[in-house]
Amino acid sequence: MATIALDGVVKRYGKTTAVHGIDLNVADGEFVVLVGPSGCGKSTTLRMIAGLEDISGGTISIDGRIVNEAEPKDRNIAMVFQNYAIYPHMSVAQNIGFGLYTSKLSEPEKKKRIQETAGILGLENLLDRRPSQLSGGQRQRVAIGRAMVRDPAAFLFDEPLSNLDAQLRTQMRLEIKKLHQRLGTTIVFVTHDQVEAMTMADRIVVMRDGRILQVGTPIELYENPADVFTARFIGSPTMNLLPARLSEKEGQRVAALNGFNATAHLPGSQAIRSDGADVLVGVRPHDLHVGSADGANNFTLLGEVSVVEPLGSETLVHLDLGGTSVIASAPGKTVPKVGGRVTVHAQPGSLYLFDAKTERALCRM
Amino acid sequence: MSMNAATLDHRSSFRSVRPGQVIAWTLLFLGGIVMITPILFMLSTSLKDASQVYDLRLVPESPTLDNYITVLSDGRFLRWFLNSLFVAVAVTLSNVFFDSLVGYTLAKFRFRGRYFIFIAILSTLMIPTEMLVIPWYLMASSFGWIDTYWGIMFPGMMTAFGTFLMKQFFETVPDEFLEAARVDGLNEFSIWWRVAMPLVTPALSALAIFTFLGNWTAFFWPLIVTNSRELYTLPVGLSSFAVEQAIQWEMIMTGASLATIPTLFVFLLLQRYIVRGVMLAGLKG
Ligand SMILES: Nc1ncnc2c1ncn2[C@@H]1O[C@H](COP(=O)(O)OP(=O)(O)OP(=O)(O)O)[C@@H](O)[C@H]1O
Ligand SMILES: [Mg+2]
Repeated sequence: MATIALDGVVKRYGKTTAVHGIDLNVADGEFVVLVGPSGCGKSTTLRMIAGLEDISGGTISIDGRIVNEAEPKDRNIAMVFQNYAIYPHMSVAQNIGFGLYTSKLSEPEKKKRIQETAGILGLENLLDRRPSQLSGGQRQRVAIGRAMVRDPAAFLFDEPLSNLDAQLRTQMRLEIKKLHQRLGTTIVFVTHDQVEAMTMADRIVVMRDGRILQVGTPIELYENPADVFTARFIGSPTMNLLPARLSEKEGQRVAALNGFNATAHLPGSQAIRSDGADVLVGVRPHDLHVGSADGANNFTLLGEVSVVEPLGSETLVHLDLGGTSVIASAPGKTVPKVGGRVTVHAQPGSLYLFDAKTERALCRM
Repeated sequence: MSMNAATLDHRSSFRSVRPGQVIAWTLLFLGGIVMITPILFMLSTSLKDASQVYDLRLVPESPTLDNYITVLSDGRFLRWFLNSLFVAVAVTLSNVFFDSLVGYTLAKFRFRGRYFIFIAILSTLMIPTEMLVIPWYLMASSFGWIDTYWGIMFPGMMTAFGTFLMKQFFETVPDEFLEAARVDGLNEFSIWWRVAMPLVTPALSALAIFTFLGNWTAFFWPLIVTNSRELYTLPVGLSSFAVEQAIQWEMIMTGASLATIPTLFVFLLLQRYIVRGVMLAGLKG
């Protein structure tokens, strides 16, 4: 078990900078997920922790020891790759045992460890098979087994589930989470799938363009995104964002949507930004309910239904507001007609306000 | 499709034969005959006695194994055979090891001058052997390698072709395999030997077969570099049958027939890889 600390870590490839000085502390036993769009530097960061890439600046420490110059094998970490990287010329048992290549255990002890690991991962009956005789999920389990068998200080995963089909992905997600609860080993997990991040992480690190935008628990990120990017990235379907302008109406500060007759009321004491400032009003589809509401200060919109997506438990309703489209939700059994006009509303407190220029979050409202 | 049809209904398989296939089969058949005829003649001549050699019938009138007995009981033949075997095996092992070591380094490591080294190696492919023989000879004579095994072997211990072939193959090995091994604590040599090499066995087999055959049949250089009969390789030795007294074709053909045995053996040993290897070599090279 180990803590991992990144301090101002920079990675340059020639003239281009892939990682711009990131700071991150991973606690002992923590499950940290790095998310972000393609090319944001997730893999590069992970590979620097593993020692597979040189560090251009800053320091990386594992368990308080600076490992900038240490070889991968001297860091006591294990890594699972996107393409499994299990060796086709070796059996499952040999592949798992490969993780013990440098270990000083005796042969019977090694054998016992391989058996135990295979048992945990449900591979007992496949030990003599070749990787070509395994399914994708089984291969991925072998790769995890090879990492586990060593009992490393930390696991690094680089998009280990992205080659699996949707159902298997969900299943493996759960298995990795269970494995973490059972072993309690520190994990740094890279994905560009926000669902994976939300469901598995103790803490999520949102990255973009080689920088960390925000770090927090899944709920923190969902409830209080620091900017438009995180707000849109976390949560599915994506948060609706509508351009608006701050103004004063009947003695209350409001954000009036551009082009529509709709306003959102700012909480009384908020003194952010002067009147006339351009802002974005954000509302999650799950907070935007079909139907009009009776309470005061509700945020309501009127639009034409363009697409309906019944999911069983709920129905997603795409509305066309004369050019802009938003997604709202309706109870599972309600399926509005396409082409009909409906009203949707959001409760006060479920809206987000962002600065249109800097895209930073201003407040909830 | 036509395979299925053939098993289901014999007549319909005839109808499904396309003219293109007929032409292809005819050409392949003719090509096969052209290739196999000299081999059949070699075998047939080895079974004739001296008086029948110029009787060009394919099936000998009175086949005899006398030639085989003569050749095999002549100590020189066995000596040459072993010389060839030793040279070909040693050169093959050396190529399999060093060509892939260099090919791997060029394919998987980024270092200054890498591209230049690769081009330099590749450019030697364009120099014909005939032009290299004189420098080789000068080199061998100044180092005292004339008339030694090492003298026969040294020019072929590594080849540009083999290096190029192996480099191309190692490039297809995903980096993740090597990185996984690196994280698991293997040193770079073990990564090459334990992980990368097993992943390119088809290429290694192809390289081994090409190298073995090339050296087993090599004639020109061994002829030049050897003086004493004890060091002759089989092709050189066999050709010396021709100049001894009169040309003893039946003896030469007997020796040549025996010489195909190791070739067949190597082929049978590595055949499950060769087709794939040749195919891939074709694709990559
Ligand atoms: N060897 C390299 N040479 C030059 N640039 C590189 C190299 N490796 C990565 N990069 C650049 O560094 C940036 C970050 O790459 P990285 O692989 O870390 O992205 P990622 O977040 O893992 O993306 P993905 O989700 O697609 O895997 C990218 O812009 C990429 O082009
Ligand atoms: Mg990546």
